[in-house]
Amino acid sequence: MRKMSDWGNYPVIDAEVFGFETPEELKTRLGSLDKVIAYGNGRSYGDASLQENMLLTRRFNKLLSFDETTGELCCQAGVMLSEILEVFVPRGWFLPVTPGTKLITVGGAIAADVHGKNHHKEGAFGQHIISMDVMRNDGSIVTCSPLENADFFNLTVGGMGLAGVILHATFRLHPIETAYIREETIRAANLAEIMDCFEASDDWTYSVAWIDCLAKGDAMGRSIMMRGEHARAAELVQHFRKGAPLNLKPGLKLGVPVTFPNFALNKLTMNAFNFAYYNKCRPGTHTRVCDYNSFFYPLDAIANWNRIYGTRGFTQYQFVIPKAAGREGMGTILSRITESGLGSFLAVLKLFGEQQSFMSFPMAGYTLALDFPISLKALELFKELDAMVADFGGRLYLAKDSRMDAEMFSKTYPNADEFKQAITMLNEGAPKFESLQSKRIGITE
Amino acid sequence: MKNVLILGATSDIAQAIAKKYAAEGWSLTLAALEPGLLGPIASDLEIRGDATVQTLEFDALDFSSHRKFYESIETKPDAAICVFGYMGDQDKARTDFDEVARTIGVNFTGAVSILNIVAEDFEKRGSGAIAGVSSVAGDRGRQSNYTYGSAKAGFTAYLSGLRNRLAKSGVHVMTVKPGFVRTKMTESLELPAALTAEPVQVADVVFQGLEKKRNTVYTLWMWRWVMLVIRHIPEFIFKKMKL
Repeated sequence: MRKMSDWGNYPVIDAEVFGFETPEELKTRLGSLDKVIAYGNGRSYGDASLQENMLLTRRFNKLLSFDETTGELCCQAGVMLSEILEVFVPRGWFLPVTPGTKLITVGGAIAADVHGKNHHKEGAFGQHIISMDVMRNDGSIVTCSPLENADFFNLTVGGMGLAGVILHATFRLHPIETAYIREETIRAANLAEIMDCFEASDDWTYSVAWIDCLAKGDAMGRSIMMRGEHARAAELVQHFRKGAPLNLKPGLKLGVPVTFPNFALNKLTMNAFNFAYYNKCRPGTHTRVCDYNSFFYPLDAIANWNRIYGTRGFTQYQFVIPKAAGREGMGTILSRITESGLGSFLAVLKLFGEQQSFMSFPMAGYTLALDFPISLKALELFKELDAMVADFGGRLYLAKDSRMDAEMFSKTYPNADEFKQAITMLNEGAPKFESLQSKRIGITE
Repeated sequence: MKNVLILGATSDIAQAIAKKYAAEGWSLTLAALEPGLLGPIASDLEIRGDATVQTLEFDALDFSSHRKFYESIETKPDAAICVFGYMGDQDKARTDFDEVARTIGVNFTGAVSILNIVAEDFEKRGSGAIAGVSSVAGDRGRQSNYTYGSAKAGFTAYLSGLRNRLAKSGVHVMTVKPGFVRTKMTESLELPAALTAEPVQVADVVFQGLEKKRNTVYTLWMWRWVMLVIRHIPEFIFKKMKL
C-alpha cells in the first residue's frame, strides 16, 4: 500500500501499485486484478489516474526507434516529454505539442490529449500520433491509428486510460534550428484588450496569456500576453551561444523543500504577487530571446511547487467556452471569480483553434485555467461556475478535474453517452479500466 | 573508447548506471538473466546517446558458467559494476532453505564467483575498476531481513578484502551502499522520502565514486550517519527493537 495522489494532492488515497517492464508482465498483472487504471508521472491534477489498483508506467520507458530524416520517434508510453527534449533538442528536434509541464509521460499526453500554446496551429497531442499499440483488458494488443482501428484510436486519444493501457506510440518531432524562442510580451489593461490581442496573434506559432484573476472593475482581466516563435540560428546574438545554438547550459534548479502551512497563501499574498507580476511588465510590446525551458516550462524549474498550497491540496479549474460566447461569457465568468476573491496567482488564458475529436477537451474558443486551494467555499463556487460554463456551451478539462459531477460531464461532452457505451463494452470481462474520476462522472460504475 | 561491464543490467539502478556511462561516452556490455529485457534497454541507450551496446546472457547462480561468460566478452571492460541482487523473502527463509540458498547464492556466492574472474583479468592487465553494489542491510543484522543482510555483509567484507588485495596492482574496488532507492524492488512500499534516492542518484554516485577512486559510497549522505547510529546501538537494546 502506498499513499498516492496526483499533482493537486487532492484527493490522496491508499493504493496498491504495480509497475511493469514488458507487455507480457503487464498482461499477467491484468489477469490478476478486477479493476485498475494506469498512472504515469502523476501530473494530472485530480483523480483521473487514481484507483485502489494502479499500474505505474514510468519503468516502461524505452526509446525504441528514431528516424533521423523524418523525425519519427517510436517509444514506450512511460517515457517523459522531458526525456525526449533532453535527447532530441540538441539534435535539432522539438515536440509537436507540449503542455506547460514537460514532466508528463507520452501515455498521459495521449490519454488526456494534452494541448499547448500552439493549439491554434497544431491541434492537441493526439493529432500527431501516427500509430500506437494499446493493451486491452484481456491482454490482447490493438495497433491503432487514424486509419487502422480508427474507432478504438478515438476512444484512446483523450479517453483517460479507460479503453486500455497505451504501450507504444509513434509520432513525428518537429525540426528546430535553435533551442531558443523569440518571445514577444504585451501588456493588456483588461479583458477586451487581451482578447483583441489573441485574435491579432493568430499567425504566431505559440500564444498564451497570464491573467490577473483578482483585479476588479476596469482592470478586470488585465493580462500579459506571451507569444513566440522558434528562434532561427541567424536570430541568436553572440551571447546566446551562437556556436552551439541547440545546447543549453544546465539551468538553476530550485525546489519547494517542505509543504507550506495552509495559511501561507491568502488574499494578501496572492494580491501582492499578482500586482508585482503585472507591473513588472512595462506597458507596450517587448521582445526577447529565451531558452525553451523558460518559455514553455517556467514552473518545472521549481520542483514540487504544488507544496505551496499546503496539505489541503489544490485544484485547477480549467474550462473552455466557444469563441462565439467568448467575450460575453468570459466576462461573466471572470467577474464571478474576481468577486469571490478565491482565485490564486496562476491563471492562464488561451484561444484554441478548431478541434473535432471524439472525446478531447479543446474546441474553438477561449480556455481559462485557474488554481484554487481546496476549500468548501471554492467547491461551492465551482458549482456555480459549472452552470455558467455549461450555459455558454463549454466544458471542463478532465485532466485537471477532481470534482465535477456526472450530470455536468454528460451535459457538456457531446459524445459522453457513446463513449460510456463503448467503454462499458470494452470493459466486459476482467479487469475493468476505471479511475475515481470515471466512476464519479458516471463513465464506469 | 572505454568499456563498462554491467552485471545484472536490467535492474533500475543498473539501467541508470548504463545511461550515465553512455552519456559519459563509454561503450557498454550489458549482462543479465533475462536477455529478452535487454533488447529495448539497448535500443534506448543507442538512441539516447549513440552508445555502442553489447548484450549478453548471465546467470549469477550458474557459477560454473562464469569463466566462459567472461571469456566470451570480445571487448574486455575497463570497469565492471556488479549490480545484481536478490532481496528474498525473510519470512519464507525461516523455514525454506531454498530461499536462503538463493539469497546467499545471488548476493554473495554468485557475485564473488564472477568478480574473482574479473579481478584476475584486471590484476593481470594492471588496471581497471570494480564496483560492487552491496547494501546498508549488511551493516547490522535486523530481524526483518537478516538473510539478505548477512549475504550483503559477506559481500561487503569480500569487496573490502578485494580492495586490499588489488590496491597494489592499480585496480580500484569500490563498495556501494545505496540505502532506500525507488526501484521495482521497493515500488509497492511507502518509503521515507528524505532517505529515498532515485536510481539516477545512485548512478551519479557510482560514476563519480569510481572516477575519484572512493572506497565506500552511500547515495545520500544521511545514510552514513543513520548506519553509524544503528551500528552503535548496544546489543542489549538492539535485540529488543523492531527493525
